[in-house]
Amino acid sequence: MSGAAGHHPGFIRTYIFSTDHKTIGIQFLFTSLVMLLVGGLLAMLIRWQLGWPGQPLPWMEKLAPDGMPGGVMVPEYYNMLFTMHGSIMIFFAIIPLLVGVFGNYLIPLKIGAADMAFPRLNMISYWLMPPAIATVCAGFFVQGGAAASGWTAYAPLSTTLGPGQVCWIVGVIILGTSSILGSVNYVTTVINLRAPGMSFFRLPLSIWALFITAIIVLLATPVLASALILLLMDSTAATHFFLPAGLIIDGVAQPHSGGQVLLWQHLFWFYSHPAVYIMILPAMGIASEILPVFARKPLFGYHSMVYAIAAIAVLGFLVWAHHMFTSGMNPTLGTSFMASTMVIAVPSAIKTFNWLGTLWRGSIRLTTPMLHALAFVSMFVIGGLTGLFLAASPVDLYVHDTYFIVGHLHYVLFGGSLFGIFAGVTFWFPKMFGRMLDELLGKIHFILTFIFFNAVMFPMFNLGIAGMPRRIYDYTGYAHLAHVGGLNRMMSVSAFCLGLAQLLFIVNFFWSLWRGRRAGNNPWEANTLEWATSSPPPHGNFVTTPTVYHGPYEYSRPGASQDWQPQHQPAPAAH
Amino acid sequence: MTPRLVRVVISGALGVAWPAAAWAFGGSGARVWLPESYSTYAPAIDQLFYVVLGLTGGVFFLVQGTLLVFLLRYRRRPGVSAHYTHGNNTVEIVWTVVPALILVGLLINSQTVWSHVRGTPPPHDLELEVQGEQFAWNIRYAGPDGRLHTDDDITTINQMQLPVQQTALVHLASTDVIHSFFIPQFRVKQDAVPGLRGRLWVTPTREGQLEIVCAELCGLGHYRMRGFLTIASPEAFQAWLAEQTQGGT
Ligand SMILES: [Cu+2]
Ligand SMILES: [Cu+2]
Repeated sequence: MSGAAGHHPGFIRTYIFSTDHKTIGIQFLFTSLVMLLVGGLLAMLIRWQLGWPGQPLPWMEKLAPDGMPGGVMVPEYYNMLFTMHGSIMIFFAIIPLLVGVFGNYLIPLKIGAADMAFPRLNMISYWLMPPAIATVCAGFFVQGGAAASGWTAYAPLSTTLGPGQVCWIVGVIILGTSSILGSVNYVTTVINLRAPGMSFFRLPLSIWALFITAIIVLLATPVLASALILLLMDSTAATHFFLPAGLIIDGVAQPHSGGQVLLWQHLFWFYSHPAVYIMILPAMGIASEILPVFARKPLFGYHSMVYAIAAIAVLGFLVWAHHMFTSGMNPTLGTSFMASTMVIAVPSAIKTFNWLGTLWRGSIRLTTPMLHALAFVSMFVIGGLTGLFLAASPVDLYVHDTYFIVGHLHYVLFGGSLFGIFAGVTFWFPKMFGRMLDELLGKIHFILTFIFFNAVMFPMFNLGIAGMPRRIYDYTGYAHLAHVGGLNRMMSVSAFCLGLAQLLFIVNFFWSLWRGRRAGNNPWEANTLEWATSSPPPHGNFVTTPTVYHGPYEYSRPGASQDWQPQHQPAPAAH
Repeated sequence: MTPRLVRVVISGALGVAWPAAAWAFGGSGARVWLPESYSTYAPAIDQLFYVVLGLTGGVFFLVQGTLLVFLLRYRRRPGVSAHYTHGNNTVEIVWTVVPALILVGLLINSQTVWSHVRGTPPPHDLELEVQGEQFAWNIRYAGPDGRLHTDDDITTINQMQLPVQQTALVHLASTDVIHSFFIPQFRVKQDAVPGLRGRLWVTPTREGQLEIVCAELCGLGHYRMRGFLTIASPEAFQAWLAEQTQGGT
């Protein structure tokens, strides 16, 4: 159990090897924001090649002499770029931002606990992340370069690549370990450390989402870790779990026998489809948290929102092979995965309609966090709806592995997860750092991000419908793609603008950190427990453990003197 | 906040994005959309695509429109407080059941097309094998004995021909990594997986010159793993095949 408030650990224990969940959350925040920037920069290089295939970028030769000799990108380097972009964004930016940052920072505060159940385990879970990042990124500096088989690392391609791919496998295993440790902690904390009166159905939606996400992580990540260990052994220890007999690679007959190529895909997607929900449920929780605050209205359909999250979590384990409709698996199996995938659209629809219900007859304030939360709803709808094209397996036969998929996943992971992350960071920044972000800068950043995000990602659907394959270094040789150059250039220009717009976020973040207006305990006039303590909260979070009297979304209750009703204050009159 | 500055930023951003779009489309004028269809099942797949497009398009406008209306209609107004409600079970049931019914309909629709394209293939006029290899397509036709994998097989690299209006059964294989046999105009894609024998069938509907795309990342030459497909009259096809035999022996 965590230590009581009031003792003063030294500098190293306070800021580096801290066991305080808030410090760990902020460590995750800075680390993963840096990785978000790195992943974004890699995307800029990808867009350069797609916008102007083969055009030199002379200054890049210094940074990547092997990858861009004379500033002209080589195909191997392009493959490394999209592999590392995807891997960094998923494993080192979005998952740690949603689960690491908000899970750590919010869970104890919002349930009224002094810290996590296992603070030391929590610290280890953060401190596994830098070595994981270093190992994966070390690939850029080893012979042959970084991993280049996509973030999906399909065997046998992934076993034929050099040491960079091995770095990737080892790094992701380390990261998986960090995730597992983190989620053991979250699950235990939510079950055991809730403040008096905080029943499960008084938990804020963000905590429900993080709690269920942690359960998904706990059930799915070990499968990924096992698969990665098998892949590692296939790559380095001459086993052949995924390698069948008769392979001839680079003209050399391979000694393997008995392996199954599709086994990797089944194991990988058994983790990676639930991973999509690991990356979207917490963002849904954040949106469900922010919409009521700025609509000054109770969340519409609290119980169905909770059941929808639970349904998504369960169904999320039954749909993995919808990524494999073209893989040659039995068509009957395809039918069952098509059915389960369509079923999972229902809880997503329920959530969307309840968000709209929350806005209905509200008193809406368009603050920066609210704008991001609204963008989350709006963009997640596009991500979800385009998923139906992929669920309808005959259509998937055509659009699978084209830019349609790239568009879909960016609407889910940028339009969904990242807008959710921006909403969360701008909403809880005052709590984390005690100061307000600048609203004007925040709004300008939001508008530019929203416009340019759509300008980059929406045309991807058109490209996919026109039959442009993904992961392609140069599309100019294909007759059916002769007319997509202009569109690609427009997308690239928008991508660069999207990248530049993020400077506003960085400026706002650091300027406000030191110069922002003082926040006070509860700048948004919100109900949940984190707003009951100071900003930032002290070590141990609460001076006295709060008692919870009602649910988290008591806004605009008739007859009350103020339009919010904090969870730790008894309501003036029973309803 | 100063709404004027925000408005300036919006128009500025649109001012960059719109001319860029105009520049992008101005040159070619061609629509970036479904390529022409060349197989018997392409129209069914396209039709399903349009069904999904209509469905999702409808939901898209419904949801985004409602969102926009609510944002305008329910902006904070002095003296007007939000309506206090925790929800309504009737609407919850409605918006659970209605999407579920629509999805069942879509599932039935999709399954019909799926079992046509992917189920038991119809009787075929021609059998061939396509074997992916880093970074080429090896095409194998049966020789005079009519059987694949015998001494008189006819093989080509990256050159495939099919007779129009005849059903071809294509076996897929790979010697090294996964490739994916993709012909956009046929609306079909199937992985060539090492250790497995894949299968697809197709009946081309008209003559033409198409390209075979590799749709599964297979290494550094993935982008240039391109084959050429000619759909010819049955006579021209037979003549071409005979020529290949002579060239091969
Ligand atoms: Cu999936
Ligand atoms: Cu290939």
